[in-house]
Amino acid sequence: MKIAREIFDKFGIAGELLAFLWHRKLWWMIPFVAVLLLFGILIVVGSTTGVGPFVYTLF
Amino acid sequence: MNILGISCYFHDAAAALIVDGTLVAASEEERFTRIKHDYEFPDNAIRFCLNAGGISTDNLDYVVFFEKPFIKFDRLLQTTLSGFPQTYPLFTQSLRTWLFDKLWVRSTITSQVGVPKSKVLFSEHHLSHAASAYFASPFDEAAVLTFDGVGEWATTTLGVGKGNDLRTIKEIHFPHSIGLLYSALTAFLGFEVNEGEYKVMGMASYGTPRYADLIWKMVEQKQDGSFWLDLGYFSFHRSTVHSFTKKMTDLLGPPRAPETPFFTEATGYPDYYGERPDKYDELLTDNQHYADIAASIQAVAEDLILELARESHRQTGKTRLCLAGGVALNSVANARILNETPFEDIYVQPNAGDGGAALGASLLAWNTMLDSPERIVMDHAYLGAWHSEDAIAEAIAASGHTAIQYDKEEVLVDAVCDRLEGGKVIGWFQGRSEWGPRALGNRSILADPRRSDMKDTVNAKIKFREPFRPFAPSVLAERCEEFFELPQAYSSLPARFMLLVVPVRPDKEDVVPAVSHMGTARVQTVHKNSNPRYYRLIERFGERTNVPVLLNTSFNVRGEPIVNSPEDALGTFDNSGLDSLVLGDFLIDKELKK
Repeated sequence: MKIAREIFDKFGIAGELLAFLWHRKLWWMIPFVAVLLLFGILIVVGSTTGVGPFVYTLF
Repeated sequence: MNILGISCYFHDAAAALIVDGTLVAASEEERFTRIKHDYEFPDNAIRFCLNAGGISTDNLDYVVFFEKPFIKFDRLLQTTLSGFPQTYPLFTQSLRTWLFDKLWVRSTITSQVGVPKSKVLFSEHHLSHAASAYFASPFDEAAVLTFDGVGEWATTTLGVGKGNDLRTIKEIHFPHSIGLLYSALTAFLGFEVNEGEYKVMGMASYGTPRYADLIWKMVEQKQDGSFWLDLGYFSFHRSTVHSFTKKMTDLLGPPRAPETPFFTEATGYPDYYGERPDKYDELLTDNQHYADIAASIQAVAEDLILELARESHRQTGKTRLCLAGGVALNSVANARILNETPFEDIYVQPNAGDGGAALGASLLAWNTMLDSPERIVMDHAYLGAWHSEDAIAEAIAASGHTAIQYDKEEVLVDAVCDRLEGGKVIGWFQGRSEWGPRALGNRSILADPRRSDMKDTVNAKIKFREPFRPFAPSVLAERCEEFFELPQAYSSLPARFMLLVVPVRPDKEDVVPAVSHMGTARVQTVHKNSNPRYYRLIERFGERTNVPVLLNTSFNVRGEPIVNSPEDALGTFDNSGLDSLVLGDFLIDKELKK
């Protein structure tokens, strides 16, 4: 039940992110974002390191 | 009304709790996990705050996160697209934390803290900084200046506070950032970014700013205080590995190799470095060059900051200024603002960096959203964990040490003074741990400031750090001006938090040589009402020596967070050259271990 609630909540947040991009007139970025995310996810899944030596977390 | 503020997933995760208008607890997560600058979700700090406040999660009215993740994600996307394909590695590396953590902050808060999403609020990064300073200050109205590496988009903001109204007037956006300019040069000088900035400040004292003109090629400032980085010199906006480009090395020469021993003619070559290297003279010349670069970036940063402060005054007409953000920990610049701008008084919250934004987020909800009439003035930083004498006794027993328990504070204080005067270095642990990066007499290492050899002794035996790093003096607030050139020292709040670097009076430099850093000191004034036992220790030391000053440095060894619990203190005691350890009412001498 808790897992279902968390998944539901995350879908809600993803929806809010899209609404945020739309509201800030960043809708033109959505196709780019989709492609970047797709490749990004593949790379994230396929790699093990996520932190660069320049440890100042800017993003 | 109970409000929990949270900061995390950036640099220093922290939590702060306001219960019915009282700030009951605040702590950084690193103190519990023992991971320096821990940025993960602050489960431990939150649990500590709730316990300290005597409430459960059901009693929380609001949980306020210190920034807006979507806007920061927008920056990631736009920066990636604007620099594509060079930025793609940065995007993929950042995406991991975004996909697993940062995008789902609200979900994490609801599940980890256990509150419904209707109670979760989001502030803005620099607004949280601004609130952490203004709403914790004693001022009814003030100009507010914030600057750090970067928040969502803003890197610098000018604002104004009046009553419960706090608003931003101007913003400067990423990638134009004083914090990132300083950090890039910190990396150039061979230090770890977000950790080594203090070292650059310390190193700067041994150089002359003869390269300031070259640094000014990298940054331009207009008359209104706004500034612009020449991005040709920097790569932090498109790389997670490098922060500066070949253009910078063409201008300043090769960067300093990390972990290279640093010494100049002024610092001398400390014994604990071992034998002199073969290329001693060559290294001496190189090091002076790097010290001059450090002095130059420090001078340029100070000029940028001073002009922003003057612009804050022009824009607001206020006579008081609140400062926040990591750059506000530059104590040399803070003192110059006080001396060289029209502001009559300044306030800097002791945890001015990102950890402090957790406090700002909760204060923002308390003061602006709820429009509460009560102000929470932060005049001390003792908001962290504490331990009962029983808990301390148990920890000592488990450690195998033999301790003397003192029923009378006066006897304990005299015993500590005996040791300090005998040249011993003392671990001093009492009361609640400090909020922010400075140890202010509750988790401190103490020594006699009158001994010129004490700096090397503490560096070699305990801190294992570079000879150019300064040690701070703690001084009785009433007698500060006898030793240091700090007008109105008694009433200065930043001086309580060790956030001003001021000159040592020339006739006192020889009196307290161990805390004089090329004639200056990052002074801490100690008040009887905020820390009575520490005050009495310094007072007693003053009665015995006529010098009411102690050398005070944070109770940790290199690379570790400041100790939090008696167990941490005992561990550091065992693993360093500390001679004695005070834990509450207990005193342990190293030679007495069973």
